[in-house]
Amino acid sequence: MKAAERMKIPRQEMPQRDAVERSSSFDEVNLGLQAHIAMREAQRCLGCKDAKCVQGCPVNIDIPAFIQRVADGDFKAAADVLYASNALPGITGRVCPQESQCECNCIRAKAKNNAPSAIGYLERFVADWARENHYHQNRTIPAPTGFKVAIVGSGPAGLTCAGELARRGHGVTIFEALHEPGGVLLYGIPEFRLPKAIVRKEVETLTQLGVQIVCNVIIGRTYLIDDLLGEENFDAVFIANGAGLPVFQGIAGENYKGVYSANEYLTRVNLMCAYDQQSATPVLRPKKAVVVGGGNVAMDSIRTARRLGADPATLVYRRSRDEMPARVEEVLHAQEEGIVFEMLTNPVEILGDDRGWVKAVRCQRMELGEADASGRRSPRPIAGSEFEIECDVFIEAIGTRANPLLTQTTPDLAVNARGNIIIDANNMTSKAGVFAGGDIVRGAATVILAMGDGKRTAASIDQWLRRDDKVK
Amino acid sequence: MSHRIVQASWLAPQVKRFVIEAPHVVRRCQPGQFVIVRVAVGGERIPLTIAHPDQANRTITLVVQAIGATTQELCALQAGDMIADVAGPLGKPTEITNVGHAVIVGGGVGTAVIYPQAGAFKAAGNRVTAIIGGRSKPYVILEKELADICDEVLPCTDDGTYGFHGFVTQRLEQLIAQYQSTNQPIGQVICAGPVPMMRAVAQATRRHNIHTVASLNPIMVDGTGMCGGCRVMVGGQMVFACVDGPEFDAHQVDFQELSNRQSAYRDQEQAAVEHHSCQLPRATSPSALASSP
Repeated sequence: MKAAERMKIPRQEMPQRDAVERSSSFDEVNLGLQAHIAMREAQRCLGCKDAKCVQGCPVNIDIPAFIQRVADGDFKAAADVLYASNALPGITGRVCPQESQCECNCIRAKAKNNAPSAIGYLERFVADWARENHYHQNRTIPAPTGFKVAIVGSGPAGLTCAGELARRGHGVTIFEALHEPGGVLLYGIPEFRLPKAIVRKEVETLTQLGVQIVCNVIIGRTYLIDDLLGEENFDAVFIANGAGLPVFQGIAGENYKGVYSANEYLTRVNLMCAYDQQSATPVLRPKKAVVVGGGNVAMDSIRTARRLGADPATLVYRRSRDEMPARVEEVLHAQEEGIVFEMLTNPVEILGDDRGWVKAVRCQRMELGEADASGRRSPRPIAGSEFEIECDVFIEAIGTRANPLLTQTTPDLAVNARGNIIIDANNMTSKAGVFAGGDIVRGAATVILAMGDGKRTAASIDQWLRRDDKVK
Repeated sequence: MSHRIVQASWLAPQVKRFVIEAPHVVRRCQPGQFVIVRVAVGGERIPLTIAHPDQANRTITLVVQAIGATTQELCALQAGDMIADVAGPLGKPTEITNVGHAVIVGGGVGTAVIYPQAGAFKAAGNRVTAIIGGRSKPYVILEKELADICDEVLPCTDDGTYGFHGFVTQRLEQLIAQYQSTNQPIGQVICAGPVPMMRAVAQATRRHNIHTVASLNPIMVDGTGMCGGCRVMVGGQMVFACVDGPEFDAHQVDFQELSNRQSAYRDQEQAAVEHHSCQLPRATSPSALASSP
């Protein structure tokens, strides 16, 4: 097919669950492409030699190569290409911000009246095809090297690193603080965006590679890092315990009943399944909910509140729509589900009733001033613009900070002023043999950046273990 | 990895003591720390203070009051049964120093919370007095165990059926008066129990400027700092009981707010208890989950 013909094919649309149905359902919103649609979409890829999309990918998937194989209808070969550089494509195909990584670099996006290749949709298609057809690429377990690596945390960074190390023949044990592996993929991202069954399947794939997962173990409490390197005989440690602690705004009224961090609300609903009325874990089902924040977590929170009954469900953000860090698709989905967007608005006080329950949030309108250090125009309040929004649940989704639990009990681990672990060019910390990646290093970021860290660190750990041609 | 219950026995009406295999937890366990327990797959995560770690047998002791649906489910279990998840130890250990004379105050199952501290303060060379209370004689727990450790154990009952007739705080006031002008004045008080009791203890000791530590028991989900549900105000600062506590300077704690936040799910818990098929008698004490940190 000639390039001109390819250019004429319109971008294929992702079939979605009906917006009315899904505003009360936790079933996945995006339904996935059918095979013939995926092949059609794949034909749109121009197969650039110097593919800019690959450069935008934190794990450098050979995007044109896997798409070419989808176009050929050879889904097995496509899966082989995909899994060669990405251990969790079923997850990243769903949650990556493609519009700011790979798809934004697509040559088609530069053409007038055109749209980029739907790389995310195709990635998801291939991963789902592989899972549904029980196709695993050549997953022979290599001969054991004898080295043992401990991984702290089973979120995207930990899982990715584990897979990469296991494929190199190293013995890998993941320690997870919660009762089930998956980290933010499980407790944070809701079912309607990333079904738990997919996360469980990816974890199962890792255990088939020989990765051991030990739950309910809190590194920094149950075992110290020095215990792992000492009596537990690990040769290296990868710390990927995430950016744990929720940040609160510090405004009056944050301790009224009905005020949540996004982490707590989402954990109750996702990990603890509180969306099911039969669940043992309670959660407040709002009549009117307000969420503050502009990222994916804010979107997840307000859309969760909406599904639990909130009407209206209002999202408050101090900048404008253009500055929102959330994925474009999540914002669109939220809009379709009837979420009310109050942009350029910032909460200044939470109001409660005489029984200690939140009843409203007082906000002020903002306007955008000069660009700040981050390059974004900084919001400033408009005098006299205060107004109240009624609510019985108020959720703060304004970010997280480093969890001190592990660093507190590892005094020789260098951290910066924010409590994030400091690493060198090889992702090694100030402690020899101890590496770190993901949000505990970066501060709150994305699943794919954490995976990129996991992947790069696995290579560094491998090199470090084999230094001086040391053999166990 | 599930955990076998080695021993289970009733300490008081609706209060059961469990000895549970927990080899990971027991390794580094120190007084003041707690575990998060999930009784069965699909269940709720609840915090429970470690009343006693047994390094030799690799077990921990938990004392549980059957008050909510989950604690009732737990209290229905017996020796040989399994508990799905036990994660820990969590929280900061108690700061144990030689303060001369340490007084530990426990209300209801709160007595199990401060039991490990009694031994630790004694080992640090303190005179240790325990004031333990319950609403009636059967509710006073661990008296004998504490007597083995402490210099003095002073039981109290609300109804006067045993020991001192009155609240633990009234007995504490007496004790403070008794020792104030002696060569063994009270150097520190550490308390655990229902919020109104801890607040009253703090009020009593504030007047005498006696350093007082309270082991708080807010609502918690993960226990690792992630959810922020256990936030409390201490000295005007927001702290998380699970990673910054659970023990704080009682004179700085906003008990009013703590008490309010604890009631967030009261209606839902009530419904769950009524729904629960467990045949145990319903507890009526306001000290719900008092054994949690």
